[in-house]
Amino acid sequence: MTGPASTTAVPPVRYPPVEGVRARRARREPGSSRTAGYFFVGLYVVLLLALGIAPAVYAIALALSTPGGIGVAHFVNTFNFFEFAPAFEHIVEFEAIWLVSQTVFVVMLALMVHPLVRHVSTVFRFIFYLPGAMAGAASAIVWLFMFTPSGSPWAFILHAFNYQVLSNTVALGNLPMIFAIMAFFTGAGGWIVIMYGALNNIPQELIEAADIDGANAFQTAFRIKLPLIRKWVVYMLVLSFAAGSQLFVEPQILGVATNGEISPQWSPNQLAYSLAFQFDRFNDAAAVSVDLLVIGLIVAVLLVWRGRLFEVD
Amino acid sequence: MLARRYTYRLIGLLVLLVFAAFFFVPILWLVLAPTKTDYQLVHESPFAFGSFNTFGHTFSKVINYQGQLMLTWLKNSAIYSVGGTALALAAAIPAGYGLALTQFIGRRALLGITLVVMIMPATALVLPLFLEASAVHLIGTVWSVILPFGFFPFGVYLAYIYFSSTIPKDLLAAARIDGCGEWAVFRHVALPLARPIVALVAFFAFVADWNNYYLPFVMTYTNSQYPVTIGLQILIGSAPIFSPTASGYAASEIYRPDLAMATLIAILPILIIFLFAQRTLVKGMLAGATKG
Repeated sequence: MTGPASTTAVPPVRYPPVEGVRARRARREPGSSRTAGYFFVGLYVVLLLALGIAPAVYAIALALSTPGGIGVAHFVNTFNFFEFAPAFEHIVEFEAIWLVSQTVFVVMLALMVHPLVRHVSTVFRFIFYLPGAMAGAASAIVWLFMFTPSGSPWAFILHAFNYQVLSNTVALGNLPMIFAIMAFFTGAGGWIVIMYGALNNIPQELIEAADIDGANAFQTAFRIKLPLIRKWVVYMLVLSFAAGSQLFVEPQILGVATNGEISPQWSPNQLAYSLAFQFDRFNDAAAVSVDLLVIGLIVAVLLVWRGRLFEVD
Repeated sequence: MLARRYTYRLIGLLVLLVFAAFFFVPILWLVLAPTKTDYQLVHESPFAFGSFNTFGHTFSKVINYQGQLMLTWLKNSAIYSVGGTALALAAAIPAGYGLALTQFIGRRALLGITLVVMIMPATALVLPLFLEASAVHLIGTVWSVILPFGFFPFGVYLAYIYFSSTIPKDLLAAARIDGCGEWAVFRHVALPLARPIVALVAFFAFVADWNNYYLPFVMTYTNSQYPVTIGLQILIGSAPIFSPTASGYAASEIYRPDLAMATLIAILPILIIFLFAQRTLVKGMLAGATKG
């Protein structure tokens, strides 16, 4: 956590010395006054309370408030709702496909791109990264076309599976796979860039030592490099898992495009939305939101306190 | 031995090319699709180029769709994203500075909470946020979208990392000895040194806001309020090819090239930022990694 070795690189302070130097503060190295601290974080704390903590507390309160007082009735309600179990099953299936393939391919591609000549590697990384610009609705639409056998650049693959029209491709059983492909398309590049950066931080001597010891490229990649970027792989897994549990826009767009062939309650988040705005069951919707929130929270807390991935002083 | 090594390299290169195709083909297709008519799109090679004429025609059709709705959506996206990003910067940069370089009670707790909410996907909070916004009569106003966009803990974390690793505390102490007040130290010493992190947080916030779908989906309810992400969904809904019930207005019907054009227009601002900001961005994405 040290800064640049000397302060000479920093532009000189523009203020001339004034009378009555604040000796007390100067002695309290390295700090400043507490009030100043509160002032700097003030706006953020207000936003955090109003838009982070308050809605979470409100959701919990709504989910727990029943006509007879506090209870878990809304959780039981939603649990028994016929779309509840399928929605969570869908997400589990989607996450399983996506997380496994993303982990394997991102690590593999980062390791493959890393030893390449700089320019070539830059080009590959940029191509992998570019789809990140179309996260969400745009990617869903583009893939809608990709999955439509007539006119798709991937028609040869779709035809190999004997898919003739869009509704063949987006058959219910295929959806987790389809959303996994969309998520991989927009998200993998960013992670490859991060892994690449992590690989760049590995001291060159270490790689050279392995070379001298006769390790081949595979051995260097898997025995030296991979263990050293492990924490970034875990970071990616956890963040992706949390984000994936919130799937909404992709099934939503595909639902519109297939004229309702896909349930508007396909994912838990869609279910929460439907409960709130279609069925006017806000307390039940809050219960589903809390379910999702708890999943996200558990993962976040585990990562922050157990994973020691983040620098906190 | 040598032959085997070359075979491995060749296989490696092939694998890389296959993945490059996976990532690049959809983008290439998207750029080419609006140059073709709907018939050409289906019957010609996906990589065939139509004509600039068709491209221009499709462009003006999409822009003029239903009284230039597309422009309204783009304007809304711009207002939400610029507003949200400005608020995020105003909150996150000083907060990162405060967390990194000042001392106050609750600092570590605030840092911990920031990390947790940063990882927790914001989507789960959208419904309760809706109820909250509805309680204070903000639904349908720009604030119902801009305020939640302004809450950007990831930006706070990035700023915190930057300030704590690049700005020497001695420098700030020197400025204080010279008589600078706390605000002046931040404004005239720390902030000028923090330009890279301001750019980076702005980038991440803007991209996230522009691409956001769920929050405005819940918070807004008329065409005049929708951002372009929701506009795209409306266009799909009015494309007879996907929604047979949507047909009726032959002249204003949305065809596949129109949809592709709309998508291209919708991602253009982000695509341009990606192309020009790649270097800053890569550096920024590694902000955490380089500290590891």
